[in-house]
This record gives sequence, C-alpha cells and structure tokens, in this order.
Amino acid sequence: MRYSGFAVLKEALTGHRGWGPAWRDASPQNAYDFVIIGGGGHGLATAYYLAKEFRQSRIAVLEKGWIGGGNVGRNTTIIRSNYLLDGNQPFYEFSLKLWEGLEQELNYNAMVSQRGILNLIHTDAQRDAFIRRGNAMILNGADAELLSTEQIKQRYPFLNTENARFPIKGGLAQHRGGTVRHDAVAWGYARAADQQGVDIIQNCEVTGFRIENGTCIGVETSRGFIGAKKVAACVAGSSSRLMAKAEMRLPIESHVLQAFVSEGLKPLLPGVITFGAGHFYCSQSDKGGLVFGGDLDGYNSYAQRGNLPVVEDVCEGGMAIFPNLGRARLLRMWGGIMDMSMDGSPIIDRTHINGLYFNGGWCYGGFKATPASGFAYAHLLATDTPHPTATAYGFDRFATGHMIDEKGQGNQPNLH
Amino acid sequence: MIIDHPLLGPRDAAEFVYKGDASLIHRPDWQADDAAAAFHEYGYLRDNPAGLHRELWFHEQGDRSWLVVTRDTTTHEITKVELARDVARTEGRSK
Repeated sequence: MRYSGFAVLKEALTGHRGWGPAWRDASPQNAYDFVIIGGGGHGLATAYYLAKEFRQSRIAVLEKGWIGGGNVGRNTTIIRSNYLLDGNQPFYEFSLKLWEGLEQELNYNAMVSQRGILNLIHTDAQRDAFIRRGNAMILNGADAELLSTEQIKQRYPFLNTENARFPIKGGLAQHRGGTVRHDAVAWGYARAADQQGVDIIQNCEVTGFRIENGTCIGVETSRGFIGAKKVAACVAGSSSRLMAKAEMRLPIESHVLQAFVSEGLKPLLPGVITFGAGHFYCSQSDKGGLVFGGDLDGYNSYAQRGNLPVVEDVCEGGMAIFPNLGRARLLRMWGGIMDMSMDGSPIIDRTHINGLYFNGGWCYGGFKATPASGFAYAHLLATDTPHPTATAYGFDRFATGHMIDEKGQGNQPNLH
Repeated sequence: MIIDHPLLGPRDAAEFVYKGDASLIHRPDWQADDAAAAFHEYGYLRDNPAGLHRELWFHEQGDRSWLVVTRDTTTHEITKVELARDVARTEGRSK
C-alpha cells in the first residue's frame, strides 16, 4: 500500500488493522540475475536502483542477520557533501541530491532534515584550507558559505569561541547538509525494492562463492546454493572476511569507530557542528539526545565495542568547544566496524573474477553515500561501466598511484 | 588495553602507536623483477583477519621499541608480545 495522509487517517478511524508488512519475507529461489550480498543501506539501495532505474528483473538481497542490523544501524546519521577532491566531491554531491528527493522517491518518511553542517575553523591555515574546500564544493555545484566568528556566535551562543588553545575563528557551513533517520533509510529502500519485485532474504549467510573457470556462477549460503549471473558483494565492515572466501586480499583494514548519545535534552543544537582542530562532531537527534563521535580507536578490530582512551579523547574534543556538554549524562555508546581503505576513499569496482563485483571501503563515510553508492553500484552491475561520478573508485588506483587521499595522510588506514 | 612489554612490563596501550599488520616486517626486494607488484601487495593489501592478528606497535611514549603483538581482533585479548627485533632476527632478517 502507498503511505499517505489519507491512509493514516483511514487507519486511525478503523483501528489500524489495515497496515501490512512493509516487505515480503522471501524465500530463496534457485537462481537470480543478480545476487546482492548484504542487506544494509548500500545493498538495499543497490537492489532498488537496479530494479527501478536499470529495469533488471530477478534480484535478490541476501542478509545473514536482519536487514539494517549492521553499520547502517550504528552511525551518527549525518549527510553532507563537503569534500575537496575531484574523485569524491561530485559523487557525494550526487548523493546529497538523491537524499533531497528520497522520501518522495521511496514514499517513506526517512526524516531527511537539512539542518546544516558547520565545520569550525581554529587557525589561519585551517581557514585557508576551508576556503579552498568551499570553492571546490561550489565549483562542483554544491553549496558552501564561510561564516565569521560573529555569525557563529549568533547561531550557537554556547560555543566556547575564546578557548585559549582552540579559539573559534570562523567556520565553513553547508546549509544543505543535515541528518536522516538511519533505520528508516534501510526500511524505506527495502520496502521500495520489494515493491519492484526484489527478493529480500534475511537469515541467509553467504558461506562461499562458486567459481568455475574464473567466473562466479553463484553463492553457497546457509540456505543452500543460489545461482546468479552476477554477484555483488556489499558488506562493508566484513568485506575482507567475505572476499577471503573468493581468495581475494583487499586494500582494507577493519577498525572500530565509537559513537555516543547523551540523555534527551531540550532543543539546543540546531545543526551539525564539527570541531576542526581535533576530531569531534555532534548533532541533536529529534528525540533530544546529543549524538556525537570522533576518531577511530585506530587498530584492527571486529569487536563492535571500543576502548576507553578514545572515549576520553572524544569527550575532551567536545568539551573544548562545547563546555555545557559536560553537564549532560551519557546514555549509551556503541562501536561500528569500519572498512578502512588505504587512502580513506571507497571502492566500487569489478573484481578479477568474472561476474563478481565489489562495493566497500567506505571508511566512516558510508551513511551519507548510501543513495549514490546504490545508484553507482547498480549502474556498474547493469552496464559493466562505472557511473560517471564513481569512475575514480577502482581497485587499480593503489597500483597506479591515483589514490583519493582527502586528508593527505598517506596509506595508513588508521590515519584517515 | 594493557600491552605486556617484554622489557618494561605491563603498559597502557595509549603509550603506543599502532603501525599495522606485522607482515610489514617483510619488506620486498626492491631490485627484484616483480618489485612493483610486490610493493603494491606489501603497501596496500591486507589479510585483515577476524581472530588472531600479529601486528606492530611502536612504544612512542616509552622506550621507542617496536613490538609484535598477537591480539584477537574480535575480543581485543592480547596473547603474546615480542620485540620486533627478536622476531626479525629469528627469521634471519638481521645480524
């Protein structure tokens, strides 16, 4: 059924007995044209755009647990396109444009809220860097505005602009950035993909690939063999573990990134702010909790929990600019497993095995990329050529030296 | 996390800097015919296991020694700590 104001009114008057499940609980068929491994945001978006934009039939999404239970359920919900480099900026701007039309596209309330993002400036050198970044954004069709300290004080009077070590000297704002409800992204794409005929198969773990003469012809799963003309891996966080089953080594390490949420507070923080001197970002959820995070723990981990030194580091970063944060109690914290690639940028590419495709290495920027990642991956799967905004995301960039190193930190994943 | 340093005893992991997979000890021969491919693999490709992982930690805030730490990436439990120097010597890589 289509969701609408009329449907809500009708159900309200008839005891809410007409709401059905948002998607079918499909059982696996013997074979598909496309099998997408991973029922997270990216996998479901890929299935949806593949079915809708590229008119492909017989698509399945395989998820080992329940859909949306992985990294898409463990992020801090921020969307933005404030990137610098040519390989990245057009892609993330494409993603932000898709976010802007997402709810109408999916007929699903994903709570897309363009409340704006503000990157704070603390030094003159940082101002130069952010002016350059803002110009790059504007040249690529995104929006950016440089704000003075006075403008920031008007908007965020509680920020500590006079901090002795990190005074706030301005900020780069992207007013179209903001937040989205992450669970609703997975559910919205799942529902819309299901309506396009995609089979969403939960509790179905891929245990191996069937590869004959250099061609992948299907996957072994906990629910039997499933044949496929094309198999698309999309399991960021577990990419290395999955692709090892196809005897591939990836330019990826898995790291844990912690996030935090405070008790619910009255409206305090209208937009997203980031602390440019260290690494701290914060927004306020619609329920009132301050949602924040910072750096990776910095060493390989699949533990989905972090360690205390980083908790301290993140909270110190927050307190430096946002002293009243110290009065809020921390409600909970969690760790997501990040596919950290060697240059900090993602990979959407074919593999050396025919019929096997790879999407991963999102580092901790995967959530904002969800719509464009799905669209670009669907484009690659349907046409075997990269989407125009994702041409730089190949495996070979590490061999040829064409890395997309946004932070300019070299090939150590824990620095990105 | 506590790293039991072979010379200095138990130390907080915050004193150390993580330097990645211990396979980085095995630097390829730059004069070999396949050096470009070998360095691509050495510099960028990783096993990235879920489970026991041998990795390099640099004691930057301490005695500046390099350690090979064996740690479980699913639990953060450290089962073995060696001096990287000893590991390299055992493998015949140094005098």
